[in-house]
Amino acid sequence: MTAAEDRLGPTIFERSRPGRGGGKVPHPPADALARIPAGHLRAAGPRLPEVSEPELARHYTKLSQLNYAVDTGFYPLGSCTMKYNPKIDEWAARLPGFTALHPLVPDELSQGTLQLLWELEGALAEIGGMKAVTLQPAAGAQGELTGILMVRAYHHSRGDLERCEVLVPDSAHGTNPATASMAGFTTVSIPSAPDGGVDVEAFRAALGPRTAAVMITNPSTLGLFESRLCELLDAVHEAGALAYMDGANLNAIMGRFKPGEAGFDVMHINVHKTFSTPHGGGGPGAGPVGVGEKLLPFLPSPRVLRGADGRFRLEAPGERPTSIGRMRAFAGNTGVLVRAYAYIRANGGSGLREVSEDAVLAANYLKARVADLLDVPYSRPCMHEFVASSATLKTQTGIRTLDVAKRLIDYGFHPPTVYFPLTVEEALLIEPTETESIETLDLFVDALRSIVAEAHANPDLLHSAPHGSPVRRLDETAAARQPNLRWRAMTGSQTPCPD
Amino acid sequence: MAYGPHTIQDRARMLQAIGVASVDDLFADIPPSLRSSGLDLPAPEPESVLAARLTALADLNRVDLISFLGAGAYRHFTPAVVDQLLLRGEFYTAYTPYQPEISQGTLQSIYEYQSLMAELTGLDVVSASHYDGATATAEGALMACRATRRERVLVGRGVHPHYRETLCTYFGGASLVADEIPLVADGPAAGTTDLVALERQLSDADRPVAGVVVANPSFLGLLEPMAEIGRLAHAAGALFVSVVEPVSLAVLATPGEYGADIAAGDGQPLGIPLSYGGPYLGILACREPLVRQIPGRLVGMTTDVDGRRAFVMTLRAREQDIRREKASSNICTNQALCALAATIYLGALGPHGLRDVAALGAARAGELERALAAVGAPRLHPGPYLNEFAVAVRGAPAVHARLVDRGILAGLPLARLVPDDPSLADALLVCATEVNTPAEIAAFAAALGDELARGEGTR
Repeated sequence: MTAAEDRLGPTIFERSRPGRGGGKVPHPPADALARIPAGHLRAAGPRLPEVSEPELARHYTKLSQLNYAVDTGFYPLGSCTMKYNPKIDEWAARLPGFTALHPLVPDELSQGTLQLLWELEGALAEIGGMKAVTLQPAAGAQGELTGILMVRAYHHSRGDLERCEVLVPDSAHGTNPATASMAGFTTVSIPSAPDGGVDVEAFRAALGPRTAAVMITNPSTLGLFESRLCELLDAVHEAGALAYMDGANLNAIMGRFKPGEAGFDVMHINVHKTFSTPHGGGGPGAGPVGVGEKLLPFLPSPRVLRGADGRFRLEAPGERPTSIGRMRAFAGNTGVLVRAYAYIRANGGSGLREVSEDAVLAANYLKARVADLLDVPYSRPCMHEFVASSATLKTQTGIRTLDVAKRLIDYGFHPPTVYFPLTVEEALLIEPTETESIETLDLFVDALRSIVAEAHANPDLLHSAPHGSPVRRLDETAAARQPNLRWRAMTGSQTPCPD
Repeated sequence: MAYGPHTIQDRARMLQAIGVASVDDLFADIPPSLRSSGLDLPAPEPESVLAARLTALADLNRVDLISFLGAGAYRHFTPAVVDQLLLRGEFYTAYTPYQPEISQGTLQSIYEYQSLMAELTGLDVVSASHYDGATATAEGALMACRATRRERVLVGRGVHPHYRETLCTYFGGASLVADEIPLVADGPAAGTTDLVALERQLSDADRPVAGVVVANPSFLGLLEPMAEIGRLAHAAGALFVSVVEPVSLAVLATPGEYGADIAAGDGQPLGIPLSYGGPYLGILACREPLVRQIPGRLVGMTTDVDGRRAFVMTLRAREQDIRREKASSNICTNQALCALAATIYLGALGPHGLRDVAALGAARAGELERALAAVGAPRLHPGPYLNEFAVAVRGAPAVHARLVDRGILAGLPLARLVPDDPSLADALLVCATEVNTPAEIAAFAAALGDELARGEGTR
């Protein structure tokens, strides 16, 4: 067995031995379930694993060590804003006053959390230039759905039932068209202009009485500020449609550009990007949505309100009949929002502006240095991220972006986002964020330089990369052809409780 | 900036390498008319000051009451090992495992989570997680519509009111119809799903039903005739969507056993704190034939080029980044870390421990039932329950408020969540779990008895 094989280890199910574990909660009386008719009970107990706490702790600690994470290294994953996650935010979210609070307590018992949420709404509204913010959405995509459902409610409230299309540039995140479909709209994809920005004429041609909304990511997924935004927003509003801003890239523009002021009617914010709440290996995040005047009546319920006496409360059921309704069971991903609140207070207004400045500075620095090594299709200043491409490298050496990305793993870096946006051939979307030191950025450039040299001298090394990771390239085709989505040979609970 | 590493010299070096004089030059693409005036937000706060502010805010919440409140979010003991392991930065500061070679920790833990939930629900396929129980239920209902190509679901009034509202929000967007199945008004089945009404609703040939959505235990804590409901649904060509609470599945019949096609629920009771409503864990599971309809990420087992066992996200052609407008859902970010919490929790409890949690809750609830009945607050419904039930209390909202003043959170006045059901106007929904002690039950009963006696006295 090689060292790498050893690192992978068995599943928790293979570690199970009858009789291990226990000691966490008291045993119930023997007749605890006697009052429940047998037909309502399960035939046999679930075969959960039986492991001792030391084995459990070691199992998940070892698993954690197979991950690459912001805490272990540079993670320039474009469009994901993998910045450092402050430890005080983790500490704050775990304060018992926050964690032990039930979502259905009377408002008089939840004043601390309600105040925090109310203040956070205000701060996000200020950052986005919006009239109000809802904190309900659990993630960016749910924020998009919330926003587009409000757009739908707005048009319907005006008796305007013909608007069934949402226009989305072809460089958009996949969530935009998927959201439009979920909200009952047809997506119309608009090609980008040659400079990577929105093609205003193409939009004009598509806009009309059937257009409900236009969804724009700004800065775009190419990391460029949409310089023709004024014309585009004018055209959208002339057509009677609303303008949605995908705020995934807000990290570039805090204190420099407020979407609401510029004329966007609605936007979502990914707090797990800009406001540094951790990604958790895929979630939880939170996707607050800001709205302008037009969509104010349609915000999801319940909103957090502050009374004249300074006390906070949740809106009562049915208090605002124009609301699109509830997006989830309870107030929001509050534990995540506590982290975002702490981050915003730590930075303050001046600090957030500096966050964006440093994020843009780092991206432009890296772009200037990477331009010697790879194609950089858009030469104007980028925002917080930039697109590079291995197109020339591929022509010269046969090495693709995927190979470069996998080889970066051997150099100790997380690869950038690859093959996105779809509009750039062999794309690498690189987002350094503001929390990486210049030394780290330089090391990343050094690694890329070595990899480009390897591509010419020893391309097989790249084709077969990574070499040093816990596993190497995976057979994704086999995984999809005969999906194995669960461990079937469970053995737990085959014997009675040992004590 | 609080968390940035750049010195003045670093910034100067970077500007020089870029070839611009100042950072303002990098923002030149923003049209002058759109440049904002800056941020009207408080000044930066040093960590020591911020820590005090956060502590003060947390202390404004009252979490010291004796609580019998459940209603969709449950207090349980969480072994210390769960949160200690969640604090591993390698887990919580990683992104979605798009690069499987360096994400095996997250991927294997999701595979373990899927396996554990499949075992609890008795179904085959479990998504890597959804936002919460309400959105998982809505997605389950949407799945039923896609799979049957029908546009109407029936949702039992025993499903949590907030879940029903969320489902309606989701359905409104998609122009789908969600009709309610009433509850039985009286008799031995009072409070459970009305099977006669359900059969009638299913028989409308002009409005075929895609799915029947019923919760077990119901929002009122009652155990539903799930097998009968499933038979009725299937006879009409509809799918059966079961809304479940995962701890109860240690002892209650599983969706797989009673013939559900899809199960949805909230995994919060599995080691996830209440945190005023989130982050929680949306569980969504289904039978094998529906695997290509399930939304959200799935992790599968495969091998790497050296033949080593490994895990990877799979069947991705369902997802938004591949299929765009044709995806099964727009979900991207999910609740992965909460799924990890549930996975570690189940590992820490084991099969016997989880059964003990469920059965001890049932035992405590039985004690609570007897204690409350003894002071004049009998159960509202006669049918079987696990650990949550409604009790009849005249003027329940006012009594509830007075008990809060006495340090007792007497569950939930049902009038607050179900204002449109007069039969629940004078009722409290109460819940007991393994963390409720006999002393707490006695204190609650004594205080309630006191309040009820006072009410009698003033009448």
